[in-house]
Amino acid sequence: MTDHTRQPSYQADALIAENIDAYLAQHQHKSLLRFITCGSVDDGKSTLIGRLLYDSKMIFEDQLAALEADSKRLGTQGQQIDFALLVDGLAAEREQGITIDVAYRYFATDQRKFIVADTPGHEQYTRNMVTGASTADLAVILIDARKGVLTQTRRHSYLVKLIGIRNVVLAVNKMDLVGYDQARFDAIVADYRSFAAAIGIASFTAIPLSGFLGDNITTASAHTPWYTGLPLLTHLETVALDLTGAQTEPFRLSVQWVNRPNLDFRGFAGLIASGQVRPGDAVRVLPSGKTSSVARIVTMDGDLDLAVAGQSITLTLQDEVDCSRGDVLAAAASPPQVADQFEATLVWLSDDALLAGRAYWLKLGTQWASAQVQQPKYQINVNTLEHLATRTLELNAIGVVTLTTDKPIVFEPYASQQELGGFILIDKYNNATVAAGMLHFALRRSQNVHWQAIDVTRTAHAEHKHQRARVLWFTGLSGAGKSTIANLVEKKLFALGKHTFLLDGDNVRHGLNKDLGFTEADRVENIRRVGEVAKLMTDAGLIVLTAFISPFRAERDLVRGMLDAGEFLEVYVDTSLAEAERRDVKGLYRKARAGQLKNFTGIDSPYEAPSAPEIRIDTAAMSAELAAELIVARLLKDALPGA
Amino acid sequence: MRVLTHLQRLEAESIHILREVVGEAERPVMLYSVGKDSAVMLQLARKAFFPAPPPFPLLHVDTTWKFRAMYELRDHMARVAGMELLVYQNPDAIARGINPFDHGSLHTDLWKTEGLKQALDKYGFDAAFGGARRDEEKSRAKERIFSFRSANHRWDPKQQRPELWRLYNAKKAQGESIRVFPISNWTELDIWQYIQLENIPIVPLYFAAPRPTVRRDGLLLMVDDERFRLAPGETPVARSIRFRTLGCYPLTGAIESHAQTLSEVIQEMLLTTTSERQGRAIDHDQSASMEKKKQEGYF
Repeated sequence: MTDHTRQPSYQADALIAENIDAYLAQHQHKSLLRFITCGSVDDGKSTLIGRLLYDSKMIFEDQLAALEADSKRLGTQGQQIDFALLVDGLAAEREQGITIDVAYRYFATDQRKFIVADTPGHEQYTRNMVTGASTADLAVILIDARKGVLTQTRRHSYLVKLIGIRNVVLAVNKMDLVGYDQARFDAIVADYRSFAAAIGIASFTAIPLSGFLGDNITTASAHTPWYTGLPLLTHLETVALDLTGAQTEPFRLSVQWVNRPNLDFRGFAGLIASGQVRPGDAVRVLPSGKTSSVARIVTMDGDLDLAVAGQSITLTLQDEVDCSRGDVLAAAASPPQVADQFEATLVWLSDDALLAGRAYWLKLGTQWASAQVQQPKYQINVNTLEHLATRTLELNAIGVVTLTTDKPIVFEPYASQQELGGFILIDKYNNATVAAGMLHFALRRSQNVHWQAIDVTRTAHAEHKHQRARVLWFTGLSGAGKSTIANLVEKKLFALGKHTFLLDGDNVRHGLNKDLGFTEADRVENIRRVGEVAKLMTDAGLIVLTAFISPFRAERDLVRGMLDAGEFLEVYVDTSLAEAERRDVKGLYRKARAGQLKNFTGIDSPYEAPSAPEIRIDTAAMSAELAAELIVARLLKDALPGA
Repeated sequence: MRVLTHLQRLEAESIHILREVVGEAERPVMLYSVGKDSAVMLQLARKAFFPAPPPFPLLHVDTTWKFRAMYELRDHMARVAGMELLVYQNPDAIARGINPFDHGSLHTDLWKTEGLKQALDKYGFDAAFGGARRDEEKSRAKERIFSFRSANHRWDPKQQRPELWRLYNAKKAQGESIRVFPISNWTELDIWQYIQLENIPIVPLYFAAPRPTVRRDGLLLMVDDERFRLAPGETPVARSIRFRTLGCYPLTGAIESHAQTLSEVIQEMLLTTTSERQGRAIDHDQSASMEKKKQEGYF
């Protein structure tokens, strides 16, 4: 029986007591291993980490006293010490008895320093697991020996592989509860091996252990004489790490900041993503492609003659070349690719599902772009590895997509480099990080993209018609009066001899958009297409009127962004829901209330009112005729020269 | 090939974080508390932006009850770094004469928690560097490096953004701000070892010396100036003491020690049997007290 009630001895290494300077010199040169623990709820992750901290003597007396008190009050282990309480930090999760976030722990042994990311097991927090995995060198995947390989084990293993962690430990925990049965252990390992091979995890180290009782944690357990491998901690201390691999790749540095303390100094600050750099090395600035050579590697400790991957430095160049935050400095002879359309894997991290066609912010290295994601090629079922057809990606879904950025991005395939291949997507409206992505390859190199040069310009088209191109974008609830007013406006403009075209919601849905329904994703695509059509019409010099509910601010702003400044006039036809429902011209509200129409704006789908429309029409305060006159008058002011 | 040590990796990571904030925030500031963690954070900032001085001011949210030695070092370090030093004292706390003897936890709440919010609002800072480390306390272990605060400075542990690779999302709405913790991944030993390797000046109170002290409620308190109220029959006794953490002098417990050099301090720390926050009175109030304070806006 392992003695789990003993008091820790706190007998620090004799070396600390006898020769602290020798100890520090030794400690200073330890390497660092960052690892994650992942597994299902109740697999014992927190207990295992608590045990590692306890056994590596990282727990102080006052913490231990608090732990003993907490164990009696909150613990799930009777009067015994509940190690999970050491690491379950937040009050909310203490009450629920589960870990709800990523927590980082620190400990050191004589061999190494460790940073552990404790990542949660239940499905809705997969985003935290991806977060923890993204900076880890090694993953410990926990399995409850009584339960074997579960759905979550597969999910976490798939994510570990996806993120590119090469060292995997399969920790078969709670062996004490299966009587330290070798056959049980072997069966779990065999089961896991077949799944691991299918997802490309070629090798892993399996260890039978008990976090609760301490078997095979720091010392070989007497209960598992059939196990000939290393205890977990010994394995973590000795596993070979590829710490210098990135230094053999070509030089890459994402410029974070340009240092200009005075006119004579212009330094480019950043962390070396890969390779090495020396004064005199030829470098290329991307995406511009301009070349120069390194003059100095400047640090506060003096200039360096060599800097390597992982170091934060400041470089100066021989020539005055344009270079700013977001640019990449690279070895001149082997620069990374530049492109604006990619295939990528996305892990969706947000409760708000992916809306194909909507623009998100993309951050990769120090580069920012606006990115549109097309409808996913497929979603991956991580249990079966099947490819499933889907129009969106929901929280925790993993899918392969095509991604288009509004400007060229300097990148490397994620498989060859994380720094220039990993990215995040950010919701433009609430600023949440909604997805983590990994670039596979460019679908279109930006240097091959050419717009057809047109001799008759859009300005010439408009001038020929004695007008300026405009989009009058009518938005508002169903039944607000958008089409009625838009019709009147068009008639008045036509009478003035103007060249116009009215795009009506119902009409477009009969043709161009007849493949689309009324889900959020389809509504986004509906508006995106209408926006593109409206843009082509403005190229032809037309005044375009559109009448669509267009309930989402993001899509209206997307269209605004497609057009030149001042060309897009948002006309908010403001009618209260009660009034629109009272009118119910098409009988749609009645149907929606009866549950016969799903996703009806105002009833079971939101309408996001414009915050600053160019024109607001209060239909309670004026007739459609008066509204039309107001709109034409507004247009006459800036869009109808000579009218 | 060159293998970076763990301290070199930590230094590079912290410098990267400092530069990201300067690259993306509109008006960053560094909260400077004059303690050892602040000392390391300031050194990292000087390295990150060398040869320029760090392009943001230092902000000291003062309680007027810090040790005298802390005020001296504070002013000296700001000069050395070539940075503007802003000192903020909550006028409400001044007016009400809030002090640690009469007001207990209200002292921390008004001077520090409220004072910090007022200072950030007054200057319109949208990003504030802090020297918190994840190994200090359980609820901090889950803090992100970029930690978002609502317009009224509240921290919601369930609404934190995932941080992947070295990608930090610093986008925020008007009025929201970020607390950024560049030394999140450093441990107490890392801090001490870096101070030693880099020869960073720290407050002399970290080293043992004979100082006037009284023992009260299990804490060993230093009588730093004439404002210290002695209980009837209490007489300061000279003891060889030093501090593991520094806060307001009547609230910070000292330890008896003879460690006079950095090596001795580190040795003592490694051989000690209590955690470093043990000397702070505020953490003992209740088990999850630090988390509660954080949600309310305490750094």
